[in-house]
Amino acid sequence: MEQLIQQLVNGISLGSIYALIALGYTMVYGIVKLINFAHGDVVMVGAFIGFYSITILDLGFFPALLISMASCAIFGVLIERIAYKPLRNATRIAALITAIGVSLFIEYGTIYVRGAQPEAYPDNIVPLKSLEISGVKISGQSILILVISISLMILLQFIVHKTKIGKAMRAVSYDMDAARLMGINVNNTISATFAIGSALAGAAGVILGMYYTKIDPLMGITPGIKAFVAAVLGGIGIIPGAMTGGLLLGVIESLVSAAGGSLWRDAVAFVVLILILIFRPAGLFGKNVREKV
Amino acid sequence: MLKINDINVYYGNIHALKGVSLEINQGEIVTLIGANGAGKSTLLKTISGLLKPKNGEILFESEHVAGKVPQLIVKRGISQVPEGRRVFANMSVEENLELGAYLRKDKKGIREDFEKVFQLFPRLQERRKQQSGTLSGGEQQMLAMGRALMARPRLLLLDEPSMGLAPLLVKTIFRIIEEIKQTGTTILLVEQNANMALSIADRAYVIETGKIVASGTSEELSQSDQIRNAYLGGH
Repeated sequence: MEQLIQQLVNGISLGSIYALIALGYTMVYGIVKLINFAHGDVVMVGAFIGFYSITILDLGFFPALLISMASCAIFGVLIERIAYKPLRNATRIAALITAIGVSLFIEYGTIYVRGAQPEAYPDNIVPLKSLEISGVKISGQSILILVISISLMILLQFIVHKTKIGKAMRAVSYDMDAARLMGINVNNTISATFAIGSALAGAAGVILGMYYTKIDPLMGITPGIKAFVAAVLGGIGIIPGAMTGGLLLGVIESLVSAAGGSLWRDAVAFVVLILILIFRPAGLFGKNVREKV
Repeated sequence: MLKINDINVYYGNIHALKGVSLEINQGEIVTLIGANGAGKSTLLKTISGLLKPKNGEILFESEHVAGKVPQLIVKRGISQVPEGRRVFANMSVEENLELGAYLRKDKKGIREDFEKVFQLFPRLQERRKQQSGTLSGGEQQMLAMGRALMARPRLLLLDEPSMGLAPLLVKTIFRIIEEIKQTGTTILLVEQNANMALSIADRAYVIETGKIVASGTSEELSQSDQIRNAYLGGH
């Protein structure tokens, strides 16, 4: 029983990382209808920026987290402006292929610049104490990951629902031309979406580095794809869907590992993807949109 | 107030507006009538900046606005209620109205305009917190009009406000359009329902396959045989 709860806690903290990454996928999809396959690589870049901030600049964990988020926000906007914006009116498949190209470019660009060797993430940057509640031991790291992810998600909800830019983002994602008629600058709104999504990816990168204790230039691929599955699971384009999908996927993975199938943990995500595409293609939170005349 | 000189607009190879000229004076209701696909919505989209004319000029209060981005045009004082209402169904009535005032910074003025819109459309006040996708078609039309008014426009473009509404509601909407005119807002009304449109308009233009084929005061056009046969159901 204790073992099960422990695995559940593990799953939730891993899932909250997936959720952070899935949010970027879903927000970008919601606004420009593009699966940004380079998103996982932004996570990797975030992990490295965090790593260098800690080791070279000698910064603490939280300043490193903030620097990583800010740099990734800028990086995300650059990707959008350089690679995707010129294709705004092109076919969706052209944009999708470009996204894959951007992804490969970032991965191998990073290898070209710093080499392919992995780095060991410093693991003693935050003094962490584990918590023990009636026999269930929860690591301090899990708690830290959860606290950071949940605070970021609350902050995101606040931005999306209460601020002007958040309302503009929702308007543009619902109806781009109608949003233009309100005087909303669609280009800036799309950039803001990439900035926010990429900042979350940057945070996820630093946390992921801490969680796996090892980073390398191709580390973004697997969590990127899993987060994509999480976004589809919740219903792509739907923000609460990405959060739920991420948490659910993390828990499923941990439970499969706990049941003795640790070799299967990566495959589980794809089984989930196949099942959701067969039985509920719009995702858990998706509904069939009907138009009112 | 608005003066359009000989504009040509293309959708790819399709020549959608062929040398259209039109003028709207301060305080008028001008209506543009024509069949489906004649170019009515194209003209409104061009005025709002969603489409760029290939040539020709659009002057709003003697400033050139042809080809300018929509946000600049909204800022100058032209708002549009698009065809099919296009309310943000995923947002509440209140949020839709806030988005109408997106470019404004005068909080006090925005609050006043909220009150004005609610006076004009009491139904919207009752449904303030409701998701706008759950509103009826007529209520959505009211919301789309209220949202456009929140920008405090001097020229309001209305694209087929009667579309898909029950006759009684159409009457209500047209009564409200006249009320909006009373407050000093100039209106360009695009309609297929030519009878209703001519009944409240001061002047009218008739558009056919991208060309203006007739214009005049509403009385003149209501009495012209050609117009009566083509748009007003004969007699």
